[in-house]
Amino acid sequence: MKRKYTLGSGFLFLLIAGVVGYGIGLGLDLLATGRPHFSAPVPSAFTILFAFTAFFFGIYGYRGITRGLVFQIAGTLAGGFLITGIRLLMGLQAFGGFFFTEPAWVLGGIVGAVSFLFGVGVMSDWVKWARGIDTPEFHEDEPGWEKYLGVSLDHKVIGIQYTVTALFLISVGGLFALIFRTELAASGLQFLVKDMSLFGQNGPQLYNTLMSLHGMIMIVSILLGISGIINYVVPLLVGAHDMAFPRMNAFAYWIAVPAAVLLLMSLVLGGFDTGWTGYPPLSAKAPVGMQMFFLGVFVAGWSSILGALNVIATVIRMRAKGMTAMRMPILVWASVATSIIALTATQLIGLSFQLVMFQRLLGMGFFDPAKGGNPVLFQHLFWFYSHPAVYVFVLPGLGVISELLPVFARKPLFGYRWVAMSSLGIALVGFVVWAHHMFTSGMNEYLRVPFMYSTLLVAVPTGVKFFSWVATLWKGKISTETPMLFVIGAIFVFLLGGLTGPPNATVSTDLHLHDTYFIVGHFHDTIFGGFVFPFFAAIYYWYPKATGRRMSEFWGKVHFWLMTPSFLILTFGMMRIGLLGMRRRIADYDPALGFDFTHLILTICGFAIALSVLVFIINFFRSIKHGEKAEGNVWNSRSPEWQVPSPMPAHNYEQPFEVVGEPYDYGLPGTKYVEFAPAKSGRH
Amino acid sequence: MLHFVVVGILVIVTAILAYFGVNILWPLPLAASAQAAPIDWMWNLQMIAISFLFALIVVPMLYSLIVFKRKKGDASEGEHIEGNTRLEITWTILPLIVVLIFAYLGAGTLADTRRVDPNAMVVKVTGFQWGWKFDYPEYGISSNELYLPVNQQVLLKMESRDVIHSFWVPEFRVKQDLVPGRVTELRITPTIPGDIYKVRCAELCGTSHAFMENPVIVVDDAGFSAWVAEQQALAAGAAQTPEGRGQALSVANGCAACHSIDGSGGIGPTWFRLAGSEVQLVGGATITADDAFLAESIKEPQAKIVAGFESQQMPAYGFTDEQIADIIAYIKTLR
Repeated sequence: MKRKYTLGSGFLFLLIAGVVGYGIGLGLDLLATGRPHFSAPVPSAFTILFAFTAFFFGIYGYRGITRGLVFQIAGTLAGGFLITGIRLLMGLQAFGGFFFTEPAWVLGGIVGAVSFLFGVGVMSDWVKWARGIDTPEFHEDEPGWEKYLGVSLDHKVIGIQYTVTALFLISVGGLFALIFRTELAASGLQFLVKDMSLFGQNGPQLYNTLMSLHGMIMIVSILLGISGIINYVVPLLVGAHDMAFPRMNAFAYWIAVPAAVLLLMSLVLGGFDTGWTGYPPLSAKAPVGMQMFFLGVFVAGWSSILGALNVIATVIRMRAKGMTAMRMPILVWASVATSIIALTATQLIGLSFQLVMFQRLLGMGFFDPAKGGNPVLFQHLFWFYSHPAVYVFVLPGLGVISELLPVFARKPLFGYRWVAMSSLGIALVGFVVWAHHMFTSGMNEYLRVPFMYSTLLVAVPTGVKFFSWVATLWKGKISTETPMLFVIGAIFVFLLGGLTGPPNATVSTDLHLHDTYFIVGHFHDTIFGGFVFPFFAAIYYWYPKATGRRMSEFWGKVHFWLMTPSFLILTFGMMRIGLLGMRRRIADYDPALGFDFTHLILTICGFAIALSVLVFIINFFRSIKHGEKAEGNVWNSRSPEWQVPSPMPAHNYEQPFEVVGEPYDYGLPGTKYVEFAPAKSGRH
Repeated sequence: MLHFVVVGILVIVTAILAYFGVNILWPLPLAASAQAAPIDWMWNLQMIAISFLFALIVVPMLYSLIVFKRKKGDASEGEHIEGNTRLEITWTILPLIVVLIFAYLGAGTLADTRRVDPNAMVVKVTGFQWGWKFDYPEYGISSNELYLPVNQQVLLKMESRDVIHSFWVPEFRVKQDLVPGRVTELRITPTIPGDIYKVRCAELCGTSHAFMENPVIVVDDAGFSAWVAEQQALAAGAAQTPEGRGQALSVANGCAACHSIDGSGGIGPTWFRLAGSEVQLVGGATITADDAFLAESIKEPQAKIVAGFESQQMPAYGFTDEQIADIIAYIKTLR
């Protein structure tokens, strides 16, 4: 008899395993240190890992993600004990303040992540091929929700897996933000005080960890979010039956899960206090959580690189007949541009973090001035990825804006070629601007001027996009359903992000603005305008395609009208106090600066945004069953995916289509973008 | 055509309103250095451009949303306009020119903030976790407060003892990181006397980064000379007694950044009434804070850790035995 899995049994298992894990962790900690630490890192780590795994066991059984997590825990312990055993034999210290020593945690982390991949089953086909066993080209998924918790090769399933994981991580990162935002509501330390201790950290240290993890978890969730949209939509837009490499596609998704686990483990293993940038020498001195953070980012980078490779291969090789470069949907252009950056730059952040990892483990003084190393070199390596990464985050979102605007304005996209080329232009210029993050870093001071010129050049292709969007709206027949509201919001917020950029790019004004809340407000504008708003727009827009139902319009509008004003006040306020002297990344601020009232307002706005996202998440899950049925061309779009019924069949289009016109010729009667081949008779 | 006229007028009106709005919403702090002037001039120019560009995009967008909104039941399509190459070239070339002009002006204002006065007074700045120390080599004094004479350029030669820090006094505008293993420079000419300023570390440097703020005091020439004389006299007097030398060492090494001298909380145990008191250690044991314990705690901070201070390690400082005795003598005076 098939077992019935429910949320109830999930939470029951979560509770039991949490208690068991806490007991084991406390016991091990007691063995290693001789004293019980009730809120110490080791019991906390065991509690969280066990509870998380047991939850999936309760709702899903011992397969897929549950098996992966069990393998990851076993692998982490195996790797850790291996190093511990070797250290014992060598007569070195075997146990440290976090039960394992740092090298043991690092190897444990690596073995754990690899074990996860074997456990979840994403390597099974490759292992079989290596052993000479054939596997079928397609694996049929079972109907229902259970396929989302195991390995699927269907790009649509993987797209939804990415999207839901991104939403989960956005919630976690947002929760961290709410915690430290509450601490900032008034000057003086309120609850993250100096004499508290949680996960081996005092209040200001925990503040630093939460603030740093907020950054990196949000970055990973953005990378997963854009992968979600690209994975789901791009094969449909180009008329492919799947991505070019379905197994690699699944691999790229599943490797992000152990990466997220590693990142969250850094919180309990002593944390780290460097911000997401991890500048040495500070990162060379931080607790062992720093290493978990480095590993997590390193592993997540694989997801980004392999995903990008797949997108480029799919777009180059698998386009429908007649889809020439200049007839591709604009989102496909944006996806290619973003993938070029992700494929070629991500290595640098992995490399820079790996060098610090080696500096800590093996004493290699890459960035240690005492050994002839150079701390500023790290910043160059780091920003060579991390600046272009910003364009990885926003280009797909700008693509979504350009894709959706014509549908809701009922007009062609103004200057299609210019918009397409501006994506590539931003991507290419984006590679030569990294040092604008380092105007005060002590790098060669004359180099600052050419980097100022190159950075300001980004404004030109970005401006082309804005002008084209406005011209697309001009004389349209504009309707404002929820997806369009978020598109408008995205343009407005991204405009504010764009306009507040040049003062940071200009060296003289940046000398004042650098490392202040002005920067914090500026980049939250760019990320919300370039990713968050378009991400929500895309979900509201393609939700009927995936489920055959629409999300509630009413709650969608509540989401929009709650989030947008709160967010605008939040970033305007951040920029205001930043100009007046509020530094970034501080747990507390001088009451003499008089920022208490503004910070209180910002905290209230932060909670309002969280509430609006909660409204969205409830709407998202509720509409799966209760949404209004929407199986046809809901938005009256010319795009191929809307010419077939929703939800999309397993292998996409029953009949191939041919491109016979322009993608956005709204308002030109008698034209079509695609034409489907006639159905073959006798086919089921 | 009417649409363009209306939008054109609205753009100009909105741009002017936006510029005033920005000035109210985003004021700059007091400009108290010669270097602040070119930066504030540049900022103002940018705000003019930003206000105009904001209006240029937002006004036609909102106008379209209102005027070209689909009426209920209207199923017709918008006007079929695919693009306009001449327009595209215009809004590529014009912004390009504007951007180049702004970059040129940006380089010019940067040069203004770097203007060198060959007679600048040198102050050696040391940043450490978590505080600042200022040495005046011309006068042979050091202090945790940065005293500066008004209207005279000061050349800060900055070093870090541990991790990257960043020197920033918001009222002086300019900012420069302190990088371990090298000396970075910053030139400041304070223009307004006062004791309202603080140097605030702008680069995340660990646990107490938020509290790495030391006073900056700008005084007139007479005031500065008086302060120098006072400091020199104090230093000369202090050098005669062990507790005086201990206090000087404490200032030079920034001990108070972690160990308060008035009993308030900190990253490390307070020094107030510490000597001779009963101290609870990690693990439950208690010990009397006698000379031997204090000396050991300075030499080998990890040997015995006071309960409640497990999460932050104190670095080793490499004091000689005489210096340690001086510091202990100073600690004993704090009660």
